[in-house]
Amino acid sequence: MSFPKVRVPYLLLLPGFAFLFTFFILPIINLAQTSTQTPIAGGDTGQYEQTLAFGNYIQAFVDNKEQFARSFVYATLATIFALVIAYPLAYAIAFKSGKFKNILLVLVVAPFFTSFLLRTIAWKQILGEEGFVVPGLRSLHIISQQTTLTSTSVAVVAGMTYNFLPFMTLPLYASLERIDPRTIEAAGDLYANGITAFRMVTVPLSLPGVVAGTLLTFIPAAGDYVNAAILGSPNTKMIGNVIESRYFKIVDYPTAAALSFTLMAAILILVTLYIRKAGTEELV
Amino acid sequence: MSSDAISARGDLRLTRITKSYGDFKAVDDLTLTIPKGSFFALLGPSGCGKTTTLRMVAGLEEPTVGSIHLGDTDITTTRPYQRPINTVFQNYALFPHLTIFENIAFGLRRRGIKDVKEQVDKVLNLVELPHLAERKPTQLSGGQQQRIALARAIVNRPALLLLDEPLGALDLKLRRQMQIELKWIQREVGLTFVHVTHDQEEAMTMADTIAVMNEGKIEQMGSPADLYDNPETAFVANFLGQSNLIKGKIDGNDGDNLVVDLYGQKVSMPKKRSHAVDTSLYAGIRPEKFRISRLGTPVRGNTLTGGHIEDVSYIGVSTQYVVAMPWGQEVMVFEQNDDGVAPFDKGDEVNISWEPTFTFGLRGDEDIEAGTEVNPEELEEQ
Repeated sequence: MSFPKVRVPYLLLLPGFAFLFTFFILPIINLAQTSTQTPIAGGDTGQYEQTLAFGNYIQAFVDNKEQFARSFVYATLATIFALVIAYPLAYAIAFKSGKFKNILLVLVVAPFFTSFLLRTIAWKQILGEEGFVVPGLRSLHIISQQTTLTSTSVAVVAGMTYNFLPFMTLPLYASLERIDPRTIEAAGDLYANGITAFRMVTVPLSLPGVVAGTLLTFIPAAGDYVNAAILGSPNTKMIGNVIESRYFKIVDYPTAAALSFTLMAAILILVTLYIRKAGTEELV
Repeated sequence: MSSDAISARGDLRLTRITKSYGDFKAVDDLTLTIPKGSFFALLGPSGCGKTTTLRMVAGLEEPTVGSIHLGDTDITTTRPYQRPINTVFQNYALFPHLTIFENIAFGLRRRGIKDVKEQVDKVLNLVELPHLAERKPTQLSGGQQQRIALARAIVNRPALLLLDEPLGALDLKLRRQMQIELKWIQREVGLTFVHVTHDQEEAMTMADTIAVMNEGKIEQMGSPADLYDNPETAFVANFLGQSNLIKGKIDGNDGDNLVVDLYGQKVSMPKKRSHAVDTSLYAGIRPEKFRISRLGTPVRGNTLTGGHIEDVSYIGVSTQYVVAMPWGQEVMVFEQNDDGVAPFDKGDEVNISWEPTFTFGLRGDEDIEAGTEVNPEELEEQ
């Protein structure tokens, strides 16, 4: 058997392409069709016919703009908190951990060994009345005796921050670790004190990691519904929860599909603007 | 104290510096003065402590014991950014996210200097790369990056410029060219340059004064010519060029000369060139100082007889001979191909001779292999 050489790369692409076609492109087309369907007149719940009801999009957005806004606010907050926590962590692992580097990296990934769901439920315990957080904060008078944390937006954002932390830490670590320590020494040699050297050299050189980490956190966080479902209340519903209930409970497929598309488009636009603004093309 | 350090000027004095890592002494009780305005080289094999010494001067390491003064100012514990010292790092350590202009301007901006543009342009002209100001470091060749690293340091007009193996990453031809340029730039700007290298040729080409380091200590310090012509230890004799070291015994005096017995043959050498402490010594002669002659040809100076040619390598400007001596030692002889004498062939019976004043004497208890081993770093480069 012999192939002309030029065809070999295409043949290698074939399995990946077949997979993506079957499990991504076809479902997306299906989803697009569903999003413009309308209920069959006189039909049962969950029976829809194919039309071109683009009004579904407007209706879905108008009905759920609050949840959309909340999704982006929560995702943004979780991304910021994750960045604030992960940067010093990744910095310490990259520059200060010595022989403990590998152990610390394993610890960063260790939560993945248990289920996402289980860990989120555990947070319900941690933030609940019986946990140590609420009594601790009460005794320090940071929150009042009546305040609870479960079923609040605080709990949802905290859960998301925790769950996506490794996705922030690892890219940050990778880009910090790649920095030649001599460039930081060179900054010190050229009259920059520790803080200035960090600001002028370390931070700009770690920017590709910041961009990758924030994207890997923000994108799944914006579409997340598990944290809001387990740690939140009806007042903290995110767009993911709406899509979930539209689809599985109300069997309103067209609205669920339209919301999914709107979310996808919104994330795509935000991410594009963000990458443009960060201007890291020449750094990566 | 540290706020004054930035304006300190004068000679650099290292006083009884020791740097230990656990039980290992990277630098061992080192005392050294580097005069203001000189081009000074710290030369030694990898692991000899030269880079550690440089890093202590830069402030990137702190000595375990000892003090560092610049002029009258004690800078032993001064932070790197408060020292009037700049470094050209090995592999340059340019800031990859900044343009060449901003790389060079970095130090000026940190100190709040006003005419940044003017000064950067001036130094870019000095290194002959004004057209690269807006490029990023990765768009430059190795030689260009090297010059920018130099420009980034000298634009600050430091009291002291440190160069850590600055030419190590360049190919041989470019390295030769940069050696000459660096020397020229040093004269032009009149700064004190301290250059760390394992390349003896590089040190000899550029430096006014060389300190040869070995195992954390200075073996010998002097001008390139002093070190080459009159090495005091076997390490220096072997590390700077090649040496023939022949075991002998001091057998008496003859005015300003010593009479030395080399395996039963008497030769003489100036007393002041002997570093022997008792009557045993090694007589050292550089390969190019030897002359080979056929048996029966009259010769001047010291002569050793009974040799025969073991090997001949013709390398253009010179021919290198290996001559086997009657006591079993093989000596190297480099002969210029300029005298029209018919070359010698393998197996020829010959005498070797040399001017007595070219002889240097080492202690008889020296390890004559010291400094001859090729270190892996150098092998890699070849």
